[in-house]
Amino acid sequence: MSSLTASPSHKKTTTAQDERVGKKSTLSILLGRPEIGALVGAVALFIFFAIVAPVFLSPASLATVLYGASTIGIMAVGVSLLMIGGEFDLSTGVAVISSALSASLISWYFGLNVWVGVVLALIVSLLIGFINGIILIKTKLPSFIVTLASFLMLTGLNLGLTRAIGGSVSSPSIADMEGFQSAKAIFASSVNIAGIDVKVTVFIWLAMVIIASWILLRTKIGNWIFAIGGDEKAARAVGVPVVRTKIGLFMAVGFCGWVLGMHNLFAFDAVQSGEGIGNEFLYIIAAVIGGCLLTGGYGSAVGGAIGAFIFGMANKGIVYAEWNPDWFKFFLGLMLLLATVVNIIVKKRAESSK
Amino acid sequence: MKTRKNKKTEELLEKLEPKTSDNLLTLKGVGKHYGSIIALRGVDMVVDPGKVTCVLGDNGAGKSTLIKIIAGLHQHDEGDFKLHGSSIKLKSPRVALDAGIAAVYQDLAVVPLMPIWRNFFLGSELTSGVGPFKKLDVQKMKDITKQELSDMGIDLRDVEQPIGQLSGGERQCVAIARAVYFGAKVLILDEPTAALGVKQSGVVLRYILQARDRGLGVIFITHNPHHAYPVGDSFLLLKRGRSIGYYSKSEITVEELTAQMAGGAELAELAHELEQLGGHDEELAEAEAGVNPQVTA
Repeated sequence: MSSLTASPSHKKTTTAQDERVGKKSTLSILLGRPEIGALVGAVALFIFFAIVAPVFLSPASLATVLYGASTIGIMAVGVSLLMIGGEFDLSTGVAVISSALSASLISWYFGLNVWVGVVLALIVSLLIGFINGIILIKTKLPSFIVTLASFLMLTGLNLGLTRAIGGSVSSPSIADMEGFQSAKAIFASSVNIAGIDVKVTVFIWLAMVIIASWILLRTKIGNWIFAIGGDEKAARAVGVPVVRTKIGLFMAVGFCGWVLGMHNLFAFDAVQSGEGIGNEFLYIIAAVIGGCLLTGGYGSAVGGAIGAFIFGMANKGIVYAEWNPDWFKFFLGLMLLLATVVNIIVKKRAESSK
Repeated sequence: MKTRKNKKTEELLEKLEPKTSDNLLTLKGVGKHYGSIIALRGVDMVVDPGKVTCVLGDNGAGKSTLIKIIAGLHQHDEGDFKLHGSSIKLKSPRVALDAGIAAVYQDLAVVPLMPIWRNFFLGSELTSGVGPFKKLDVQKMKDITKQELSDMGIDLRDVEQPIGQLSGGERQCVAIARAVYFGAKVLILDEPTAALGVKQSGVVLRYILQARDRGLGVIFITHNPHHAYPVGDSFLLLKRGRSIGYYSKSEITVEELTAQMAGGAELAELAHELEQLGGHDEELAEAEAGVNPQVTA
């Protein structure tokens, strides 16, 4: 290993390139997709439940499974994007409830049209996301700490404000208030398809997955999300607006929380202020099972959706199979572990140098 | 923005070259201090189109400070920094980029998990359509990436593969090609060969010459005189924040360059010290020659 010079003898290096790249088979392209592990898992799980519990295959049960998946999936859309951007959010579970509480308490306390509360709740949700983002940027603390803090604070605010304003741990009923029915039609109705009632959240969920996929794969912003998650410094160096993108991602999570919060509110007419704790992990699990790397820079919105679908299948499938639902969490943990291992392998494949 | 007009400007610049005011960059007595610490002082340097200017120095010699000034990350507070003959202070990397000064950093070049074409256009994506339906012009970006890379002599079948799958040298080259495509007139390469093996370094050095031949003024920062000498047209030697020499290629040999850079007396001292510690003779000889880059890397 002595000195090296730029002698002309290096010409070989580039001509040898093609054979090293090789031709990609359809299979290897497929295997390179982030959500492939989850897809295989979902298919396997589907077949499994179809065998052990034939009722699982009936359209009505499928609609129920999809509904269960959608309530996780709506949040998983935002959480997946955020995770691809290299951050994660522990406050999502309670932020959903915060949004629902804001809408109901504001409308109830001031006697306003419910829609005013709905719009203000959107502002609250976006603001929560914005504050999470801005604190993360300003303090340069990891998102674990920042959002753990906001998780705790929101938990306290939910309980404290609900009791202070409404006098109970549950928000007062807004069922007979103006605008309730129209809001319920948007956020918590059912659509009848060939005799089967499918909850509207399923369609909202699918629409959100499509929009998020479009943003991720076909817009500048999507490019930036992958870049800041993959290598923030490199992204900054080539002129990607890192700060704006990150804050935008937290706000997108806020938006998803608002959608789900409105569903939670209008599916009934009141919200329990202590709810939501622990749900943040379900959203993260859906994203991780769907192939989003915890370290960022890799994943897809479709993956998060498949992760949510797996969750929905497991959750309801256990009931249809008439097993003890106590086992559900164990199963979920196992799925998570397997998915993460698959993800690591996929990442290594993608990153490995020759 | 685009440098498709390269050939024309090249010819033009060649004609104008003898006049000194047409130097791309001119630094005179440039200095920088951080508080009471003087990081750089009295540096003179000229960058010409189609020439490679090497900046050599050991760790802490002030190389990084110098390129940060040229790339707009820091501002000099002494001396004169001229771009196309007019004095300038670059406020940010964005301003430097707009002025045609692009820096390729050793570790900051690319996002490993992203496809090559996405990396190539990162931060300057091409779009089509209007308003909320503005979408990436994927095919065009892929085509341009492929074309630009093959112009640089990198023939890739698949620009869709993650850039992390390329070797370190190839990644550097993609970053160089990117800078060239986006209209760089001055290309700063920060230790592009430092982390590379012998063969890969050779590949990068070849692309430095490619960039030079396309009419760019290249600033090549390295601590390896054996990488600098074959490609360089002029050599700026830095030590402890000061310029200890500025030579054109005809004025200096690679041995002199090495000796100047390391400081002969210090090396002799080091050899003596190592001898006392029981080092091997051959390795000492090598250290004395200051040859092996892998030792320092």
